[in-house]
Amino acid sequence: MPANRFNGHCDYGIGIGLRVPHYSHILSKKPVVDWFEIISENFMVDGGRPLELLDRILEQYRVVQHGVSMYFGSADKPDRTHLRRLRNLVRRTKTPWLSDHLCWGSVDGTYTHDLLPMPYTFAAARRTAEKIRQVRDFLEVPICVENVSSYAEFHASEMTEWEFLSEVVDLADCGILLDVNNIYVSSKNHSFDPYDYLNNIPHERVGQMHVAGHTRFEKYILDTHDHPVLDPVWKLYAHATALCGVSATLLEWDDKIPSFDEVHNEALKANAFIDGAKKAVV
Amino acid sequence: MKRPPRHAPSRIESTADLRSFQRMMAAAVVRPLDANDRLQSKWIDGRPMDLVAAEFIKPNDRLTSFERLQLYNQMYWFRLFDAIRDDCPGLLATLGEKAFGRLAQAYLAHFPSRSFTLRNLCSRLEEFMRSHPSLTAPRTALALEIARFEWAQTVAFDGEARPVVTAASLAGTRPSRLRLGLQPYVTLLDLRHPVDTYLMSVKRREAMRSEASNTPDSKVVHRRSLRRARLPRPARTLVAVHRLDNKLFYKRLDPAAFRILRALARGAPLSRAVAAAGPGARPAKVQAWFASWMALGWFCARGNKRARRAS
Repeated sequence: MPANRFNGHCDYGIGIGLRVPHYSHILSKKPVVDWFEIISENFMVDGGRPLELLDRILEQYRVVQHGVSMYFGSADKPDRTHLRRLRNLVRRTKTPWLSDHLCWGSVDGTYTHDLLPMPYTFAAARRTAEKIRQVRDFLEVPICVENVSSYAEFHASEMTEWEFLSEVVDLADCGILLDVNNIYVSSKNHSFDPYDYLNNIPHERVGQMHVAGHTRFEKYILDTHDHPVLDPVWKLYAHATALCGVSATLLEWDDKIPSFDEVHNEALKANAFIDGAKKAVV
Repeated sequence: MKRPPRHAPSRIESTADLRSFQRMMAAAVVRPLDANDRLQSKWIDGRPMDLVAAEFIKPNDRLTSFERLQLYNQMYWFRLFDAIRDDCPGLLATLGEKAFGRLAQAYLAHFPSRSFTLRNLCSRLEEFMRSHPSLTAPRTALALEIARFEWAQTVAFDGEARPVVTAASLAGTRPSRLRLGLQPYVTLLDLRHPVDTYLMSVKRREAMRSEASNTPDSKVVHRRSLRRARLPRPARTLVAVHRLDNKLFYKRLDPAAFRILRALARGAPLSRAVAAAGPGARPAKVQAWFASWMALGWFCARGNKRARRAS
Protein backbone atom coordinates (compact mmCIF):
# COMPACT_ATOMS: atom_id res chain seq x y z
CA MET A 1 0.00 0.00 0.00
CA PRO A 2 1.44 3.41 -0.88
CA ALA A 3 0.45 5.06 2.35
CA ASN A 4 -1.31 3.31 5.16
CA ARG A 5 -1.55 3.22 8.91
CA PHE A 6 1.44 0.88 9.08
CA ASN A 7 3.83 3.39 7.58
CA GLY A 8 2.42 6.49 9.19
CA HIS A 9 0.40 7.30 6.05
CA CYS A 10 3.64 8.28 4.31
CA ASP A 11 3.94 7.98 0.58
CA TYR A 12 7.71 7.59 0.51
CA GLY A 13 9.49 6.62 -2.69
CA ILE A 14 12.75 4.78 -3.17
CA GLY A 15 15.37 4.99 -0.48
CA ILE A 16 18.72 3.50 0.35
CA GLY A 17 20.41 2.48 3.57
CA LEU A 18 22.56 5.15 5.19
CA ARG A 19 26.04 3.62 5.33
CA VAL A 20 29.35 4.92 6.63
CA PRO A 21 31.27 4.95 3.30
CA HIS A 22 28.69 7.35 1.87
CA TYR A 23 28.57 9.93 4.66
CA SER A 24 31.12 12.23 3.15
CA HIS A 25 29.45 12.18 -0.27
CA ILE A 26 25.98 12.75 1.15
CA LEU A 27 27.02 15.63 3.38
CA SER A 28 29.14 17.37 0.77
CA LYS A 29 27.15 16.73 -2.42
CA LYS A 30 23.66 16.64 -0.91
CA PRO A 31 22.28 14.23 -3.52
CA VAL A 32 18.54 14.03 -4.01
CA VAL A 33 17.27 10.88 -2.30
CA ASP A 34 13.68 10.16 -1.34
CA TRP A 35 14.65 8.84 2.08
CA PHE A 36 17.31 7.03 4.05
CA GLU A 37 16.89 4.00 6.25
CA ILE A 38 19.15 3.97 9.28
CA ILE A 39 20.08 1.01 11.44
CA SER A 40 18.74 2.14 14.80
CA GLU A 41 21.46 0.39 16.80
CA ASN A 42 24.22 2.41 15.13
CA PHE A 43 22.74 5.54 16.68
CA MET A 44 21.56 4.24 20.05
CA VAL A 45 24.66 5.72 21.63
CA ASP A 46 25.16 8.38 24.27
CA GLY A 47 26.98 10.95 22.18
CA GLY A 48 29.83 11.67 19.82
CA ARG A 49 30.15 11.53 16.10
CA PRO A 50 27.29 9.14 15.26
CA LEU A 51 24.66 11.49 16.67
CA GLU A 52 26.30 14.57 15.18
CA LEU A 53 26.20 12.97 11.74
CA LEU A 54 22.66 11.78 12.21
CA ASP A 55 21.53 15.28 13.11
CA ARG A 56 23.15 16.65 9.97
CA ILE A 57 21.37 14.03 7.87
CA LEU A 58 18.06 14.77 9.60
CA GLU A 59 18.37 18.43 8.67
CA GLN A 60 18.08 17.53 5.00
CA TYR A 61 16.57 14.09 4.55
CA ARG A 62 13.67 11.92 5.59
CA VAL A 63 14.86 9.04 7.74
CA VAL A 64 13.17 5.78 8.70
CA GLN A 65 14.51 3.58 11.48
CA HIS A 66 15.22 -0.09 10.94
CA GLY A 67 16.34 -2.26 13.84
CA VAL A 68 18.34 -5.46 14.10
CA SER A 69 18.13 -6.30 17.78
CA MET A 70 14.56 -6.03 19.02
CA TYR A 71 14.10 -9.76 18.58
CA PHE A 72 10.31 -9.77 18.70
CA GLY A 73 10.39 -13.56 18.61
CA SER A 74 12.63 -14.07 21.62
CA ALA A 75 10.84 -15.56 24.61
CA ASP A 76 12.44 -12.93 26.87
CA LYS A 77 10.47 -9.84 27.80
CA PRO A 78 11.41 -6.61 26.00
CA ASP A 79 14.35 -4.92 27.70
CA ARG A 80 13.10 -1.64 29.16
CA THR A 81 16.52 0.03 29.01
CA HIS A 82 16.81 -0.88 25.35
CA LEU A 83 13.31 0.42 24.70
CA ARG A 84 14.05 3.73 26.40
CA ARG A 85 17.14 4.19 24.26
CA LEU A 86 15.13 3.36 21.17
CA ARG A 87 12.37 5.76 22.17
CA ASN A 88 14.92 8.55 22.54
CA LEU A 89 16.10 7.88 19.02
CA VAL A 90 12.54 7.73 17.68
CA ARG A 91 11.93 11.15 19.16
CA ARG A 92 15.14 12.44 17.59
CA THR A 93 14.49 11.09 14.09
CA LYS A 94 10.68 11.43 14.12
CA THR A 95 10.60 8.25 12.10
CA PRO A 96 7.08 7.81 10.71
CA TRP A 97 7.30 4.07 11.25
CA LEU A 98 9.84 1.66 12.66
CA SER A 99 10.78 -1.76 11.43
CA ASP A 100 12.58 -4.76 12.87
CA HIS A 101 12.71 -8.44 12.10
CA LEU A 102 10.36 -11.34 12.64
CA CYS A 103 13.00 -13.43 14.33
CA TRP A 104 14.71 -14.13 17.59
CA GLY A 105 18.35 -13.74 18.57
CA SER A 106 18.74 -13.51 22.32
CA VAL A 107 17.84 -15.70 25.25
CA ASP A 108 18.28 -15.06 28.98
CA GLY A 109 19.94 -11.76 28.06
CA THR A 110 22.68 -13.32 25.91
CA TYR A 111 22.81 -11.96 22.37
CA THR A 112 23.76 -13.87 19.23
CA HIS A 113 23.72 -10.74 17.04
CA ASP A 114 21.99 -12.80 14.38
CA LEU A 115 18.47 -12.90 13.01
CA LEU A 116 17.53 -16.45 13.87
CA PRO A 117 14.46 -18.06 12.31
CA MET A 118 11.38 -18.77 14.36
CA PRO A 119 9.73 -22.10 14.90
CA TYR A 120 6.43 -21.45 13.12
CA THR A 121 3.98 -22.38 15.84
CA PHE A 122 0.81 -20.75 17.16
CA ALA A 123 2.29 -20.30 20.62
CA ALA A 124 5.34 -18.57 19.16
CA ALA A 125 3.08 -16.35 17.05
CA ARG A 126 1.06 -15.32 20.11
CA ARG A 127 4.18 -14.49 22.11
CA THR A 128 5.72 -12.56 19.23
CA ALA A 129 2.57 -10.57 18.58
CA GLU A 130 2.29 -9.72 22.27
CA LYS A 131 5.82 -8.30 22.22
CA ILE A 132 5.20 -6.28 19.07
CA ARG A 133 2.17 -4.71 20.73
CA GLN A 134 4.16 -3.93 23.87
CA VAL A 135 6.94 -2.29 21.88
CA ARG A 136 4.54 -0.29 19.73
CA ASP A 137 2.65 0.94 22.78
CA PHE A 138 5.89 2.00 24.43
CA LEU A 139 7.38 3.70 21.38
CA GLU A 140 4.10 5.14 20.11
CA VAL A 141 5.06 4.61 16.47
CA PRO A 142 3.69 2.17 13.86
CA ILE A 143 5.71 -1.01 13.49
CA CYS A 144 6.42 -3.15 10.45
CA VAL A 145 7.99 -6.58 10.89
CA GLU A 146 10.37 -7.93 8.29
CA ASN A 147 10.54 -11.51 7.09
CA VAL A 148 14.12 -12.79 7.43
CA SER A 149 16.15 -15.02 5.18
CA SER A 150 16.83 -18.38 6.77
CA TYR A 151 19.01 -21.44 6.45
CA ALA A 152 17.20 -23.83 8.77
CA GLU A 153 13.68 -25.15 9.36
CA PHE A 154 12.43 -26.80 12.50
CA HIS A 155 10.51 -30.00 13.23
CA ALA A 156 8.38 -28.11 15.72
CA SER A 157 6.89 -25.82 13.07
CA GLU A 158 3.14 -26.10 12.58
CA MET A 159 2.71 -23.90 9.52
CA THR A 160 4.54 -22.25 6.62
CA GLU A 161 6.57 -19.12 7.06
CA TRP A 162 4.00 -16.97 5.27
CA GLU A 163 1.22 -18.38 7.41
CA PHE A 164 3.26 -17.55 10.48
CA LEU A 165 3.92 -14.01 9.25
CA SER A 166 0.21 -13.54 8.54
CA GLU A 167 -0.74 -14.90 11.95
CA VAL A 168 1.68 -12.62 13.77
CA VAL A 169 0.76 -9.40 11.98
CA ASP A 170 -2.92 -10.16 12.38
CA LEU A 171 -2.59 -10.80 16.12
CA ALA A 172 -0.33 -7.78 16.59
CA ASP A 173 -2.28 -5.61 14.15
CA CYS A 174 1.01 -4.36 12.72
CA GLY A 175 2.51 -3.88 9.30
CA ILE A 176 4.88 -5.90 7.15
CA LEU A 177 8.25 -4.87 5.83
CA LEU A 178 8.27 -7.25 2.90
CA ASP A 179 11.81 -8.25 1.98
CA VAL A 180 11.45 -9.90 -1.41
CA ASN A 181 15.11 -10.87 -1.54
CA ASN A 182 14.70 -12.71 1.76
CA ILE A 183 11.68 -14.54 0.35
CA TYR A 184 13.74 -15.56 -2.66
CA VAL A 185 16.71 -16.70 -0.55
CA SER A 186 14.53 -18.74 1.80
CA SER A 187 12.53 -20.20 -1.08
CA LYS A 188 15.72 -21.63 -2.56
CA ASN A 189 17.05 -22.82 0.79
CA HIS A 190 13.76 -24.48 1.73
CA SER A 191 12.38 -25.42 -1.69
CA PHE A 192 9.12 -23.51 -1.71
CA ASP A 193 7.56 -21.35 -4.40
CA PRO A 194 8.20 -17.68 -3.57
CA TYR A 195 5.02 -16.71 -5.42
CA ASP A 196 3.01 -18.85 -3.01
CA TYR A 197 4.54 -16.73 -0.25
CA LEU A 198 3.67 -13.44 -1.94
CA ASN A 199 0.16 -14.51 -2.91
CA ASN A 200 -0.79 -15.60 0.58
CA ILE A 201 0.10 -12.75 2.89
CA PRO A 202 -2.16 -9.83 3.85
CA HIS A 203 -1.15 -7.35 1.15
CA GLU A 204 -2.95 -4.47 2.79
CA ARG A 205 -0.51 -4.64 5.72
CA VAL A 206 2.64 -4.08 3.66
CA GLY A 207 4.10 -0.75 4.67
CA GLN A 208 7.54 -1.04 3.11
CA MET A 209 9.63 -3.32 0.90
CA HIS A 210 13.29 -4.30 0.82
CA VAL A 211 15.34 -5.46 -2.13
CA ALA A 212 18.95 -6.62 -1.98
CA GLY A 213 21.55 -8.86 -3.54
CA HIS A 214 22.54 -12.31 -2.38
CA THR A 215 25.25 -14.89 -3.01
CA ARG A 216 24.67 -18.35 -4.39
CA PHE A 217 26.74 -21.23 -3.08
CA GLU A 218 26.64 -24.83 -4.18
CA LYS A 219 24.08 -26.00 -1.63
CA TYR A 220 22.47 -22.84 -0.36
CA ILE A 221 22.07 -19.11 -0.88
CA LEU A 222 23.38 -16.54 1.57
CA ASP A 223 21.74 -13.18 2.08
CA THR A 224 24.93 -11.15 1.78
CA HIS A 225 23.70 -7.72 0.61
CA ASP A 226 26.93 -7.33 -1.33
CA HIS A 227 25.69 -7.48 -4.92
CA PRO A 228 23.23 -5.72 -7.19
CA VAL A 229 19.69 -7.10 -7.05
CA LEU A 230 19.36 -10.19 -9.22
CA ASP A 231 16.67 -10.60 -11.87
CA PRO A 232 14.53 -13.19 -10.07
CA VAL A 233 14.30 -10.82 -7.11
CA TRP A 234 13.25 -7.90 -9.31
CA LYS A 235 10.56 -10.14 -10.81
CA LEU A 236 9.32 -10.96 -7.34
CA TYR A 237 9.39 -7.28 -6.50
CA ALA A 238 7.27 -6.49 -9.55
CA HIS A 239 4.78 -9.15 -8.51
CA ALA A 240 4.72 -7.89 -4.95
CA THR A 241 4.12 -4.35 -6.16
CA ALA A 242 1.26 -5.52 -8.34
CA LEU A 243 -0.32 -7.23 -5.33
CA CYS A 244 0.40 -4.68 -2.63
CA GLY A 245 0.57 -1.39 -4.50
CA VAL A 246 3.55 0.88 -4.79
CA SER A 247 5.20 0.87 -1.39
CA ALA A 248 8.17 2.66 0.12
CA THR A 249 11.07 0.66 -1.22
CA LEU A 250 14.61 0.39 0.02
CA LEU A 251 17.75 -1.17 -1.40
CA GLU A 252 20.04 -2.80 1.17
CA TRP A 253 23.74 -2.90 0.30
CA ASP A 254 25.84 -3.63 3.36
CA ASP A 255 29.09 -5.24 2.28
CA LYS A 256 31.56 -4.46 -0.52
CA ILE A 257 29.71 -1.18 -0.75
CA PRO A 258 30.31 0.66 -4.04
CA SER A 259 29.97 4.39 -4.65
CA PHE A 260 26.90 6.26 -3.54
CA ASP A 261 25.81 6.78 -7.14
CA GLU A 262 26.09 3.10 -7.95
CA VAL A 263 23.98 2.13 -4.94
CA HIS A 264 21.41 4.84 -5.62
CA ASN A 265 21.16 3.96 -9.31
CA GLU A 266 20.64 0.33 -8.40
CA ALA A 267 17.81 1.33 -6.07
CA LEU A 268 16.21 3.50 -8.73
CA LYS A 269 15.86 0.46 -10.99
CA ALA A 270 12.80 -0.25 -8.89
CA ASN A 271 11.05 2.56 -10.80
CA ALA A 272 10.87 0.43 -13.93
CA PHE A 273 9.04 -2.31 -12.06
CA ILE A 274 6.79 0.17 -10.32
CA ASP A 275 5.82 1.65 -13.69
CA GLY A 276 5.20 -1.83 -15.02
CA ALA A 277 2.98 -2.67 -12.10
CA LYS A 278 1.03 0.59 -12.53
CA LYS A 279 0.45 -0.09 -16.23
CA ALA A 280 -0.72 -3.60 -15.44
CA VAL A 281 -3.32 -2.17 -13.07
CA VAL A 282 -4.51 0.39 -15.66
CA MET B 1 22.52 -18.01 29.42
CA LYS B 2 20.99 -20.84 31.39
CA ARG B 3 21.98 -24.40 30.64
CA PRO B 4 20.07 -25.75 27.64
CA PRO B 5 17.62 -28.62 28.04
CA ARG B 6 18.84 -32.12 27.25
CA HIS B 7 16.43 -32.23 24.31
CA ALA B 8 14.76 -29.43 22.36
CA PRO B 9 11.00 -29.58 22.82
CA SER B 10 9.31 -31.49 20.04
CA ARG B 11 6.27 -29.21 20.26
CA ILE B 12 6.18 -25.54 21.14
CA GLU B 13 2.89 -24.82 22.84
CA SER B 14 3.86 -22.17 25.35
CA THR B 15 6.37 -19.40 25.98
CA ALA B 16 8.23 -21.82 28.27
CA ASP B 17 8.58 -24.26 25.37
CA LEU B 18 9.77 -21.43 23.14
CA ARG B 19 12.36 -20.39 25.70
CA SER B 20 13.54 -23.98 26.05
CA PHE B 21 13.86 -24.30 22.28
CA GLN B 22 15.76 -21.02 22.06
CA ARG B 23 18.15 -22.01 24.85
CA MET B 24 18.95 -25.18 22.94
CA MET B 25 19.58 -23.48 19.63
CA ALA B 26 21.43 -20.51 21.10
CA ALA B 27 23.74 -22.83 23.04
CA ALA B 28 24.59 -24.57 19.78
CA VAL B 29 25.05 -21.31 17.87
CA VAL B 30 27.44 -19.73 20.39
CA ARG B 31 29.41 -22.92 21.03
CA PRO B 32 33.07 -22.45 19.98
CA LEU B 33 34.02 -23.78 16.58
CA ASP B 34 36.43 -26.70 16.32
CA ALA B 35 39.99 -26.38 15.08
CA ASN B 36 38.76 -26.42 11.47
CA ASP B 37 36.20 -23.66 12.02
CA ARG B 38 33.35 -26.16 11.99
CA LEU B 39 30.55 -27.05 14.39
CA GLN B 40 31.91 -29.35 17.09
CA SER B 41 31.13 -33.01 16.46
CA LYS B 42 30.04 -33.69 20.05
CA TRP B 43 27.37 -31.91 22.07
CA ILE B 44 28.07 -30.71 25.61
CA ASP B 45 26.78 -33.99 27.05
CA GLY B 46 28.98 -36.07 24.74
CA ARG B 47 26.27 -37.12 22.26
CA PRO B 48 27.09 -36.90 18.54
CA MET B 49 26.14 -33.41 17.36
CA ASP B 50 24.52 -34.69 14.18
CA LEU B 51 21.97 -36.56 16.29
CA VAL B 52 21.34 -33.55 18.52
CA ALA B 53 20.89 -31.24 15.53
CA ALA B 54 18.54 -33.71 13.86
CA GLU B 55 16.26 -33.62 16.91
CA PHE B 56 15.12 -30.07 16.15
CA ILE B 57 16.39 -29.03 12.70
CA LYS B 58 15.02 -30.51 9.51
CA PRO B 59 17.47 -31.62 6.85
CA ASN B 60 16.79 -30.87 3.19
CA ASP B 61 17.88 -32.53 -0.02
CA ARG B 62 21.22 -30.68 0.03
CA LEU B 63 22.15 -30.11 3.66
CA THR B 64 21.97 -32.25 6.79
CA SER B 65 20.58 -30.86 10.02
CA PHE B 66 24.15 -30.62 11.27
CA GLU B 67 25.23 -28.59 8.23
CA ARG B 68 22.30 -26.20 8.56
CA LEU B 69 23.07 -25.59 12.20
CA GLN B 70 26.74 -25.19 11.35
CA LEU B 71 25.92 -22.25 9.07
CA TYR B 72 24.53 -20.32 12.03
CA ASN B 73 27.39 -21.42 14.30
CA GLN B 74 29.97 -20.19 11.78
CA MET B 75 28.16 -16.94 11.04
CA TYR B 76 28.03 -16.16 14.76
CA TRP B 77 31.73 -16.63 15.27
CA PHE B 78 32.84 -14.94 12.06
CA ARG B 79 30.66 -11.94 12.84
CA LEU B 80 31.98 -11.60 16.38
CA PHE B 81 35.58 -12.19 15.36
CA ASP B 82 35.23 -9.44 12.78
CA ALA B 83 33.80 -7.07 15.38
CA ILE B 84 36.51 -7.76 17.95
CA ARG B 85 39.25 -7.40 15.33
CA ASP B 86 37.82 -4.06 14.26
CA ASP B 87 37.84 -2.83 17.85
CA CYS B 88 41.25 -4.21 18.84
CA PRO B 89 43.74 -3.68 16.01
CA GLY B 90 46.54 -2.96 18.47
CA LEU B 91 45.95 -6.14 20.43
CA LEU B 92 45.85 -8.11 17.21
CA ALA B 93 49.12 -6.60 16.01
CA THR B 94 50.75 -7.30 19.35
CA LEU B 95 49.66 -10.89 19.83
CA GLY B 96 49.56 -12.02 16.22
CA GLU B 97 46.75 -13.83 14.41
CA LYS B 98 46.88 -17.16 16.21
CA ALA B 99 47.19 -15.92 19.77
CA PHE B 100 44.61 -13.20 19.16
CA GLY B 101 42.21 -15.79 17.73
CA ARG B 102 42.64 -18.00 20.80
CA LEU B 103 42.11 -15.05 23.10
CA ALA B 104 39.01 -13.86 21.23
CA GLN B 105 37.41 -17.30 21.22
CA ALA B 106 38.15 -17.89 24.90
CA TYR B 107 36.87 -14.44 25.85
CA LEU B 108 33.65 -14.69 23.88
CA ALA B 109 33.00 -18.18 25.18
CA HIS B 110 33.50 -16.95 28.75
CA PHE B 111 31.71 -13.62 28.32
CA PRO B 112 29.19 -13.97 25.50
CA SER B 113 27.60 -10.70 24.45
CA ARG B 114 25.10 -9.31 26.94
CA SER B 115 24.39 -6.17 24.96
CA PHE B 116 22.15 -5.42 22.00
CA THR B 117 25.09 -3.78 20.27
CA LEU B 118 28.47 -5.10 19.20
CA ARG B 119 29.87 -1.78 20.38
CA ASN B 120 30.05 -3.23 23.88
CA LEU B 121 31.65 -6.52 22.86
CA CYS B 122 35.06 -5.71 24.36
CA SER B 123 33.80 -4.08 27.54
CA ARG B 124 35.11 -6.95 29.71
CA LEU B 125 38.11 -7.96 27.64
CA GLU B 126 40.71 -6.48 29.98
CA GLU B 127 39.03 -8.13 32.97
CA PHE B 128 39.12 -11.47 31.18
CA MET B 129 42.74 -11.07 30.11
CA ARG B 130 43.74 -10.24 33.66
CA SER B 131 42.31 -13.53 34.89
CA HIS B 132 43.74 -15.55 31.98
CA PRO B 133 47.33 -14.30 31.60
CA SER B 134 48.50 -17.43 29.80
CA LEU B 135 46.50 -16.38 26.75
CA THR B 136 48.62 -13.26 26.29
CA ALA B 137 51.98 -14.45 27.61
CA PRO B 138 54.74 -13.36 27.25
CA ARG B 139 53.27 -9.93 26.41
CA THR B 140 50.60 -9.83 29.07
CA ALA B 141 51.55 -6.48 30.61
CA LEU B 142 51.58 -4.70 27.28
CA ALA B 143 48.47 -6.51 26.05
CA LEU B 144 46.50 -5.45 29.13
CA GLU B 145 47.41 -1.83 28.57
CA ILE B 146 46.45 -2.00 24.91
CA ALA B 147 43.09 -3.56 25.79
CA ARG B 148 42.44 -0.72 28.25
CA PHE B 149 43.45 1.85 25.70
CA GLU B 150 41.35 0.41 22.91
CA TRP B 151 38.28 0.26 25.13
CA ALA B 152 38.96 3.88 26.12
CA GLN B 153 38.82 4.74 22.42
CA THR B 154 35.39 3.15 22.13
CA VAL B 155 34.22 5.19 25.11
CA ALA B 156 35.74 8.39 23.70
CA PHE B 157 34.14 7.82 20.33
CA ASP B 158 30.49 7.74 21.35
CA GLY B 159 30.37 8.08 25.14
CA GLU B 160 28.05 10.50 26.84
CA ALA B 161 28.89 14.21 26.91
CA ARG B 162 27.41 16.15 29.80
CA PRO B 163 26.93 19.91 29.88
CA VAL B 164 30.29 21.53 30.48
CA VAL B 165 30.86 23.68 33.51
CA THR B 166 31.95 27.23 32.80
CA ALA B 167 34.15 29.55 34.75
CA ALA B 168 31.12 31.70 35.44
CA SER B 169 29.16 28.80 36.88
CA LEU B 170 32.01 28.04 39.27
CA ALA B 171 32.42 31.57 40.53
CA GLY B 172 31.61 31.96 44.18
CA THR B 173 32.15 28.32 45.17
CA ARG B 174 34.99 27.82 47.61
CA PRO B 175 37.78 25.53 46.26
CA SER B 176 37.49 23.40 49.38
CA ARG B 177 33.89 22.60 48.46
CA LEU B 178 34.07 22.64 44.65
CA ARG B 179 33.97 19.20 43.05
CA LEU B 180 34.29 18.83 39.29
CA GLY B 181 33.45 15.80 37.22
CA LEU B 182 35.31 14.63 34.16
CA GLN B 183 33.28 14.04 31.02
CA PRO B 184 32.26 10.38 30.75
CA TYR B 185 34.03 10.11 27.40
CA VAL B 186 37.42 11.05 28.91
CA THR B 187 39.54 8.18 30.24
CA LEU B 188 42.77 8.77 32.19
CA LEU B 189 45.38 6.07 31.72
CA ASP B 190 48.55 5.49 33.71
CA LEU B 191 50.53 3.13 31.48
CA ARG B 192 53.93 1.48 31.59
CA HIS B 193 54.25 1.62 27.79
CA PRO B 194 53.72 4.40 25.23
CA VAL B 195 50.61 2.71 23.90
CA ASP B 196 49.36 5.90 22.28
CA THR B 197 52.23 6.23 19.84
CA TYR B 198 52.33 2.48 19.35
CA LEU B 199 48.70 2.37 18.29
CA MET B 200 49.14 5.30 15.97
CA SER B 201 51.88 3.37 14.26
CA VAL B 202 49.68 0.27 14.00
CA LYS B 203 46.61 1.87 12.63
CA ARG B 204 44.87 5.15 12.74
CA ARG B 205 41.23 4.30 13.06
CA GLU B 206 38.25 6.54 13.37
CA ALA B 207 35.72 4.44 11.59
CA MET B 208 32.18 4.37 12.79
CA ARG B 209 30.49 1.24 13.96
CA SER B 210 28.18 -0.05 11.30
CA GLU B 211 25.91 -2.92 12.05
CA ALA B 212 23.71 -3.87 9.19
CA SER B 213 20.66 -5.91 8.58
CA ASN B 214 20.95 -9.66 8.25
CA THR B 215 24.25 -9.82 6.43
CA PRO B 216 26.23 -12.93 7.24
CA ASP B 217 29.92 -12.70 6.68
CA SER B 218 30.93 -15.52 4.39
CA LYS B 219 34.61 -14.76 4.67
CA VAL B 220 36.42 -17.19 6.94
CA VAL B 221 39.84 -15.66 6.71
CA HIS B 222 40.20 -12.05 7.59
CA ARG B 223 41.18 -9.53 5.04
CA ARG B 224 42.94 -6.50 6.29
CA SER B 225 46.58 -6.71 7.11
CA LEU B 226 47.62 -4.40 9.86
CA ARG B 227 50.84 -2.53 9.71
CA ARG B 228 53.56 -4.28 11.61
CA ALA B 229 54.96 -1.98 14.24
CA ARG B 230 57.88 -2.37 16.57
CA LEU B 231 56.67 -3.26 20.06
CA PRO B 232 57.10 -0.34 22.42
CA ARG B 233 59.82 -0.32 25.05
CA PRO B 234 58.59 0.29 28.61
CA ALA B 235 58.21 3.97 29.43
CA ARG B 236 55.71 5.42 31.87
CA THR B 237 53.01 7.15 29.88
CA LEU B 238 50.24 9.27 31.32
CA VAL B 239 47.54 10.00 28.81
CA ALA B 240 43.94 11.08 28.49
CA VAL B 241 41.90 9.45 25.72
CA HIS B 242 39.19 11.92 24.74
CA ARG B 243 37.42 13.54 21.83
CA LEU B 244 37.24 17.04 20.49
CA ASP B 245 34.81 18.11 17.80
CA ASN B 246 33.80 14.44 17.73
CA LYS B 247 37.26 13.28 16.71
CA LEU B 248 39.42 10.97 18.84
CA PHE B 249 42.50 12.41 20.52
CA TYR B 250 45.17 11.25 22.94
CA LYS B 251 46.63 13.90 25.23
CA ARG B 252 49.85 13.24 27.09
CA LEU B 253 49.78 14.56 30.63
CA ASP B 254 52.45 15.81 32.98
CA PRO B 255 52.56 13.61 36.14
CA ALA B 256 51.35 16.47 38.31
CA ALA B 257 48.53 17.24 35.89
CA PHE B 258 47.56 13.59 35.87
CA ARG B 259 47.41 13.54 39.67
CA ILE B 260 45.11 16.55 39.68
CA LEU B 261 42.73 15.05 37.13
CA ARG B 262 42.73 11.68 38.84
CA ALA B 263 41.93 13.27 42.17
CA LEU B 264 39.06 15.24 40.63
CA ALA B 265 37.77 12.13 38.90
CA ARG B 266 37.80 10.32 42.23
CA GLY B 267 35.69 13.02 43.80
CA ALA B 268 38.24 15.20 45.59
CA PRO B 269 37.34 18.86 46.02
CA LEU B 270 39.33 21.27 43.89
CA SER B 271 41.67 22.41 46.65
CA ARG B 272 42.65 18.83 47.54
CA ALA B 273 43.03 17.86 43.88
CA VAL B 274 45.39 20.77 43.27
CA ALA B 275 47.35 19.80 46.36
CA ALA B 276 47.73 16.31 44.89
CA ALA B 277 49.90 17.87 42.18
CA GLY B 278 52.68 18.13 44.73
CA PRO B 279 54.98 20.94 45.73
CA GLY B 280 56.79 20.98 42.39
CA ALA B 281 53.79 22.18 40.41
CA ARG B 282 54.03 25.92 39.87
CA PRO B 283 50.75 27.83 40.21
CA ALA B 284 51.10 29.35 36.75
CA LYS B 285 51.47 25.91 35.25
CA VAL B 286 48.46 24.54 37.12
CA GLN B 287 46.45 27.55 35.98
CA ALA B 288 47.45 26.89 32.37
CA TRP B 289 46.44 23.24 32.66
CA PHE B 290 43.01 24.17 33.97
CA ALA B 291 42.58 26.71 31.18
CA SER B 292 43.40 23.99 28.65
CA TRP B 293 41.06 21.42 30.22
CA MET B 294 38.25 23.96 30.41
CA ALA B 295 38.79 24.82 26.75
CA LEU B 296 38.61 21.13 25.89
CA GLY B 297 35.29 20.90 27.73
CA TRP B 298 36.50 18.14 30.04
CA PHE B 299 34.73 19.32 33.17
CA CYS B 300 31.10 18.67 33.94
CA ALA B 301 28.94 18.31 36.98
CA ARG B 302 29.94 15.28 39.02
CA GLY B 303 28.31 11.96 38.21
CA ASN B 304 28.57 8.65 39.96
CA LYS B 305 30.51 6.70 37.38
CA ARG B 306 33.56 8.89 37.01
CA ALA B 307 35.57 7.60 39.93
CA ARG B 308 35.47 4.05 38.63
CA ARG B 309 37.03 4.94 35.30
CA ALA B 310 40.11 6.79 36.51
CA SER B 311 43.11 4.48 36.63
